[in-house]
This record gives sequence, structure tokens and C-alpha cells, in this order.
Amino acid sequence: MVLPTPALAIETRGLSKLFGGVPAVDGIDLAVPVGATYGFLGPNGSGKTTTIRVLLGLLSPTAGSWALLGEAMPERGMATLPRVGALVEGPAFYPWLSGHDNLARIDAMGPDGQSSTREARIGEALARVGLGAAAKKKYKAYSLGMRQRLGLASALLRPRQLLVLDEPTNGMDPQGTREIRHLIRQLGEEGSTVFVSSHLLSEIEQVCSHVGVMHRGKLLMQGMLEELRASAVPKLRVEVDDPARAGELLARLGMADVAREGNQVVGSLNGLAPEDCCRHLVEAGIGVRMLIREQRSLEDAFVALTGEGFNVAG
Amino acid sequence: MWLVEARTVFGRARVRVLLGALAAVPILLAVAVYLSGGPGAGNGPAFLDRASHNGVFTALAGLAVTMPFFIPLSVAVVAGDAIAGEASLGTLRYLLVRPAGRARLLLAKGIVVALFCVVAALVVVVAGLAIGFALFPHGAVVTLSGTTVPLVDGVGRSLLAAAVVGASMFGLASVGLFISTLTDAPIAAMAVTVAVVIVSAIVDGVSEVSFLHPWMLTNYWTAFTDLARAPVRWHAIWKDLVLQAGYVVVFGSAAWARMTSRDVMA
Repeated sequence: MVLPTPALAIETRGLSKLFGGVPAVDGIDLAVPVGATYGFLGPNGSGKTTTIRVLLGLLSPTAGSWALLGEAMPERGMATLPRVGALVEGPAFYPWLSGHDNLARIDAMGPDGQSSTREARIGEALARVGLGAAAKKKYKAYSLGMRQRLGLASALLRPRQLLVLDEPTNGMDPQGTREIRHLIRQLGEEGSTVFVSSHLLSEIEQVCSHVGVMHRGKLLMQGMLEELRASAVPKLRVEVDDPARAGELLARLGMADVAREGNQVVGSLNGLAPEDCCRHLVEAGIGVRMLIREQRSLEDAFVALTGEGFNVAG
Repeated sequence: MWLVEARTVFGRARVRVLLGALAAVPILLAVAVYLSGGPGAGNGPAFLDRASHNGVFTALAGLAVTMPFFIPLSVAVVAGDAIAGEASLGTLRYLLVRPAGRARLLLAKGIVVALFCVVAALVVVVAGLAIGFALFPHGAVVTLSGTTVPLVDGVGRSLLAAAVVGASMFGLASVGLFISTLTDAPIAAMAVTVAVVIVSAIVDGVSEVSFLHPWMLTNYWTAFTDLARAPVRWHAIWKDLVLQAGYVVVFGSAAWARMTSRDVMA
């Protein structure tokens, strides 16, 4: 059976944005399949928010093109954006209006009225993010976490085919963070494509099916989360009486990146079984004092990818 | 959409305070005149010497007092805040993502700022008429020309004066709206808009540059006083409306060009 090529909810081609000649986003080709929960991962300052601003038409790119839900942007923005819910760089509302009135205003300012269902949709969205009880409270009296929740409620005011959520758990307590993670999973299960940015690897790891890694404005890799995880091959660490010979032997067996650290030899297992390595060492007359299989985390994979991990890019 | 915007703007405490303060001016004026017995003829701002003759003149005196600075100031506050205020709150990005549409949003903002101009002038006139009729006679109105017109005619003229004063603010409103698209700091936009009024008034007062006067925003702002003559002298009023329309076209286009092309970082 031949499956049709899956349509992309977000597609960019050579998308770049320069600020004063300095690239904040540098020729990225995003491909977010419809139905995916896509984690957009990268340290602070890596170009995630700039990318999101370009995607939503707030910034015009210096080069490249993009499409949302198969529609060319920014030309088709007025027709496409009503189907896109977004949280960009934190929530923003009128401090002197209540949460409810803020949602009513933003909903009424769009090109598609639907005022008859507005009250019901506002109530539903507020309940969904756990703000039902604070609906009549003024926004200025909201805590940081409540503000973030109202931002999410605004993104959920209408049935959305695509949700673009920029750091949605920012400023939330651990309980709130869990709830938002649950909500993102739920949205994915309901069939929405979710594009969620984060600088927290653990967050992405828990909710996403796909991942894209940004670093200094470039998209270093993207694909299924499993692919990134698979690139994090386990290592073997041995302590022996003759590290020079042991290193040679392990490299001959097919171990990659063999390195000597004092009496220890470390290398990527590369599909080798640790017990086979051990047997070969012993049979070669090398005394094995210690042997450890080190499972590398996704974070190690990320560090391997970026070469420096989660420092703020300069 | 502009109705939603109007509800938000006019529902705001700041805007209500501005309108309340504008309403207070003719009331304070009338009470002061009432208690002091009124200034002698020819003293004080236009119409003040006649404020106690008839409620209609109380309203017109209110306009004459608020026109040079108070009304423009409140217009500068509302117009300067229009886009820059949204930018500073961050709500601009959510309006655009909603999507409100850049040109569409600017148009809604423009309509509501224009509405505010007319409402501001109307508030002064209505408050002036109310306090004037409460304290002073309300018979036929003796015009500046010395002729007499019926009271209904007088009230109609004062409401027309409010409309003319409101329209006289459209030029300033579009300048303020344009400045508001340039910055993310609403206070800066308001201050610069007020500065435009001051510079225009200064240029208008320097006779050495009289060739510039017909182009100055403030040049025909007192034209509404011609409505108190019978027959009405329309010449300056028409010139004013044409000048204001010119400002609206030029600065409205500039605001549109800026709004539809700018990068929204806020």
C-alpha cells in the first residue's frame, strides 16, 4: 500500500531573519508533519522565538518562504491564522480587564465573528486551563502562572488545527507544569498539530513525538524523537592493567571514539555487546578491573549535537 | 471590530477621567462667571463676556477655553496610545496573530480616535449647555453680529460647533496615530504629538513666517467661532476642514505604510 505523502502543518524553506546584519535565524527548513507534537528545542537565544514570530507573520523574513497548514504565508494569513492558536513570548492582556473580558475582546477582533458561540467557547477555554473560578478577576490581579494559563486559554478559544506554543510552562509551578504537559498531550490526541518550543529537554522528551534542535539560528537536526535518542548510543568504560592494548583491541572489535583516560578506556559501544568486549579482553590476557555500560541521556545527545549544550548563545 | 475597540477605549478609566475633566471646564467656568457677576465686555477668552447672556454662549465659551490645549491634549493621549499602547502591553502581537489584520486594525483605531475627537468636543458643549441653561437665561440668542436667532437655532449651532471642533482635531489625530506606529512607548508618542501642537501654535504666532500659516495644523482651530455669527461665515471653516482632510490623507497613509510593513518585536 502506498501512503500519501503526509502534509506538513509547518513548512519553511531557507527561512532567515537578520537583525542588523546578524542572523538570528539562519536558513532553516522546518518540516512539521500534520498531527505531530513537535518539540522546538534550543538554548535561550538560539532563534526559537524569532522563528515563531516569523511563522506567525509578526516579522518579515530576510530570506526564504514558509507555509502554515499548506497555505502560503504571509499572503494567506487572514484565512489561515484563525485556525492557528498561539502563545508568543509570554501572555499579554489588558490589565484593567478581567480574564473573561480579555478573551471576549481578542475573540471579537478577528475576521471571523462567531459571536453566538463566544460565551460558551470562553467558558470552555477557561475551564480547560483551570481558570474558571478567576474569570471575573482583573488581569492585573493574576499571578504569573494564571497569566500563562489565560494565554493558553486564548490559544484554545477556537478549534485549532495548529497550536504554536512558545515556552508554555514558563513561570508555572510544578503542578501547573504537569497540567500543561497533560494538556499538550491531550491536544495532540485530539488531532491538533502542536508546535511547542522549550529550552528544557526533559519537557520536550515527555510530550513530543518529533523534535527539532536549534542552535545559533541553525536547525541542527529534526525528526522523530526516537531518532535523536538512537543517536545517543551507549558507551562502555573499562579499567584495565594495560589500557594501550585494551584500546587497540576494542577499536579492532568495532568500538568508535575510543579514548584513554588514565587506566580507563572509553568508547561508543556501536552495537557491540559489553559481555563480548569483556570476553575478548580477558582472552587477550588483559586484566579487567572494572567494566561499566554507560547509557547516555538525550541531553548527552544534545550536547554531542551542539558541542556545548544548554548555555545561552552569545 | 471598531465597535469592540470603541467599547475598550471608552470603557477605560483614563479616557473617562479625560472626558470628565473636559466636562468640568465649562461647568467651573459658568459657576465662576455666575458667582463673580461676569467679566466686563471684551475681557477674557472668546465668548466669556457673553457666557452669562445665554446657555448657548456658555457652551461656546467652554469650547473656546478648551480648544487651544485641553482638547488637543486629550486627543494626543488617546491617539498616541492607539498602537504604541498595544505594543507596550504586548497585546499588539496577539491582535495581529488573531488575526486582526494590520490595515484593518489601524482603520479601527483611526475610527475610534476620530470618534473620541467628536465626543470630546461634544462633552464640552453638552456640559456647557446644561450648566448654562441651569444658571443663565435661555431665550433667543443674540449673535456676535448683533442679530437674534431662535434658541433652537442657537443650540443647533453649538452642536455644529462641537462637530467642527471635533473635525478640527482629525489632522492631529492622524499625526498622533502615525507617531504611535513608530514606537513601543505610548508616553513618548503622546509627548511628541503634544509637541507637534505646540510647534504648530508657535509657528502660527510668528508673523515672519506667515506664508507657512495656512499649512499649520492649528491655524484654523478658532474658525468655529464664526458659527456664532448670523449669517454664518463659512470661509475659514471650509479651509480648516480641507486642511484637516489633507493631514488625514498624508499622515494616515504614512501610518498605513509603517503599520503594514513594520516588524513587531514587542
